[in-house]
Parts: sequence; structure tokens; C-alpha cells
Amino acid sequence: MTTSPGDPHAAVGAYVLHALPSAEEAAFEKHLAGCEACRREVDELRRAAARLATAESIDAPPELRQRTLERIRTVRQEHAPRPPRPHRRVMSMALAASLAAAAALGGLALWQHSEADDARARAVQAEQQARGNGTAFADLLTAPDATLHAGKLSDGATAAVVVSQSQNRAAFTARDLPALTGNRVYELWYAAEAGGLRPAGLLPGSGRDSARLLEGPLGDAVAVGITVEPAGGSAQPTSDPLGIISIGT
Amino acid sequence: MRSADGDHEAFAGVYDALVGPVMGLACRILRNTALAEEVTQDVMIEVWRTADRYRPERGTARTWVLTLAHRRAVDRVRNVQASAERDRRAALLSAGRPVDEVAEAVEGRDERRRVYRCLGRLGSMHRVPLVLAFYEGFTYVEVAQALSTPPGTVKSRMRAGLRLLRACLEDG
Repeated sequence: MTTSPGDPHAAVGAYVLHALPSAEEAAFEKHLAGCEACRREVDELRRAAARLATAESIDAPPELRQRTLERIRTVRQEHAPRPPRPHRRVMSMALAASLAAAAALGGLALWQHSEADDARARAVQAEQQARGNGTAFADLLTAPDATLHAGKLSDGATAAVVVSQSQNRAAFTARDLPALTGNRVYELWYAAEAGGLRPAGLLPGSGRDSARLLEGPLGDAVAVGITVEPAGGSAQPTSDPLGIISIGT
Repeated sequence: MRSADGDHEAFAGVYDALVGPVMGLACRILRNTALAEEVTQDVMIEVWRTADRYRPERGTARTWVLTLAHRRAVDRVRNVQASAERDRRAALLSAGRPVDEVAEAVEGRDERRRVYRCLGRLGSMHRVPLVLAFYEGFTYVEVAQALSTPPGTVKSRMRAGLRLLRACLEDG
């Protein structure tokens, strides 16, 4: 689907995603003011975008509730500049009523703001290193079933494996990998439950932050390992693994 | 004062109904619990302050509040990254919150399943720009750079992607 560059309607998706740079956002809002069809589309697409948010629902800490309810006692409500409606309450009744129905939807999920999440945030920075894999890498990382498995390597580096069963692929990212001396590289391995190892690609010995799509299909792999190997890699590991990250479920 | 107390009660209802998705969205975008709590509180205070602007004819309260929340979380992640690690942004091509961190037997899992299933059906051409913009706070220009795709194309795909997502979600 293509639209001419001048078509102001084309920006509606990016607008709803808050993905327009501010000047373009202001221009689009100006356009919206005079375009009823656009406002309808914004409302419809926002409903879909809100579902993306609802899917992430988690439990919030109880202290936050107390803090927030205390705070609003000192915050004055704004009144919209329009003629007062009969029985208008300060807190919009429409808002409260609409939420009575919404409460049933308040899906709650567990949030484990674990080390793994932090490791993931840091590990994905290494994506820059994966430019050669660009789009395929992004495709894997944004797969709806992508799972992340993080771990520490024996040399203190942080590593993570992102797995998508639906794409039958995985990616490896590491932060603070030490630079290797001599003519050596890092080699990645898929490990099967029975213990068999399949080479899954090389990372340069220059170390630091690295990331790559693993070579070959995920198949029956239950873990990903990393070793140091001579340049060009080996068919089977010739050194002890720096780490093995379990990707089993 | 009675009327104000009644409002406070009504607000508590709003808070309870929506704090879960607001906080979850903020956590997903900011990847930092403390920042996410700040944003959640800011959003809820803004809801309180501007409740009178809510227009039922434009959509549900849920959509209104979550739109506000997304705006705030995205603004915050851009600020954090602008001040601290500007160049980190382009690298944040992250996976979503890993599914394995989420207990399977929880409420809300059906909604998550439905949404993820529909995302999965989009195909990468439409899914990738949508996910990068919505969950990572990328502008369409940044998405275009990250994917080496013309900006106009990315814009169109964001619109098409949202439409497809909507059609899939409303199918049930």
C-alpha cells in the first residue's frame, strides 16, 4: 500500500502510535480539526492500539495507589471550557461509568521485574552489531512469541538468547565480551537434550557487544552455548564453554 | 466537600480499573520499574485533572486513559534516551516482554493471547513497524532508518498494520 507523500491521511497510523516527530504531529492535528473522517479513523485505530496496552497489564504495587490517591487531594481539576451540563460532577461521571464496565477487563499479569529483563534491555543494545542481519533480526525480536533467556558467562559478560518457536530461529546477544588474543573467535552452539552440539555461528574475537542471528534452525535445541575457538570455528568445541544458556520451556 | 469526596471515590474506581494496563505498558516501554511507577502516577494525576475532557462519543474511558499513558511513556523514554544514551535508541530493537516471564495461569492471559495471535498474523512487514513504534517509542523516521525502508512506506505500513490489527481483534 502506498500513498502519495502529500497525502495527509497517510500519517494517521503513525499519529495514533505517537510516532510522528512533533512538527508533523502538530500539522496532522491541524488537519484533523477539519477532517471528520480522519477523527473517526483516529478513534478506531486508537481502540486497536489500546488493546496492545491491555495485553501488557500487570499488578501495580499497593503503595502506588495510596500515593496517587493522596496526591490528587492537592491537585485541582480542570474544567473544560464549554457550557455546563446539568448535573455535571467535577470528576466526569461519564468516565467513571464507562469504567465500571471496563473493570471486568482489568487483566492482571504477573510482573517479574527480574534481572533477566534488565539483562535483556542491555543485551539488545548489541543489536547495532548485527546490522548485517538487520531486518531478519528485527523480525525475530518482534515476533509475538519471542522469549528471552538471559545468563551470565563465566568471564562476567552478560548474554541473552531470544527464541521464536514460530520462526524456528534464535538470536544471541552479549555485552562486555572480552577481546580475544591470538587468532581466535567466539563460536556459538545449539545443544540438544541428548547432548549433541551443532555449530550455530561465529562472533568476532574483538569482543565487547555482539549480536547475531544463530545459523540454522532452532529445531530441538534446549540450550545455546558459547566457546572460544580458532579462527574459522570448529565443527565441535575444542574448549570449555564460557556459558550455556538454557532455552527450554 | 461531599461532592469532592465522591469524586475521589470515583477516581479510586478509575485507578483500580486501569492501573494494571497503565503500569504494564509503562514497564514494557521504559523497562524500569521506578520510572514506570512515576509515569503511572503522572498519568493517573493527569486523568484526574483532565477528566472533564473525556468525550464518551470518541471512545471508551479505557482507550482514552491508555492513549494518555502511551503518550507519557513514549515521551519519557525519549527523554531518558535523549539525555543519557541517545544512540542506544536505534539499538533497542527489542523483543517484547518475554512471554516466559509471564505466568501462564493469570487473569488477562486471554487478552494477551488474542493480541499476540493477531500480532503474529500481521506478517513482519506490518508487525515490525507497529511493535517498534508502540512498544519501543520509535518515531516512524527512526523505524525507517532501522529497517532501511523509505519513511513514507513505513508511515503507510503503520496505518495498514493498525487497521489489520483492528480487524483481527474485532473478529474475536
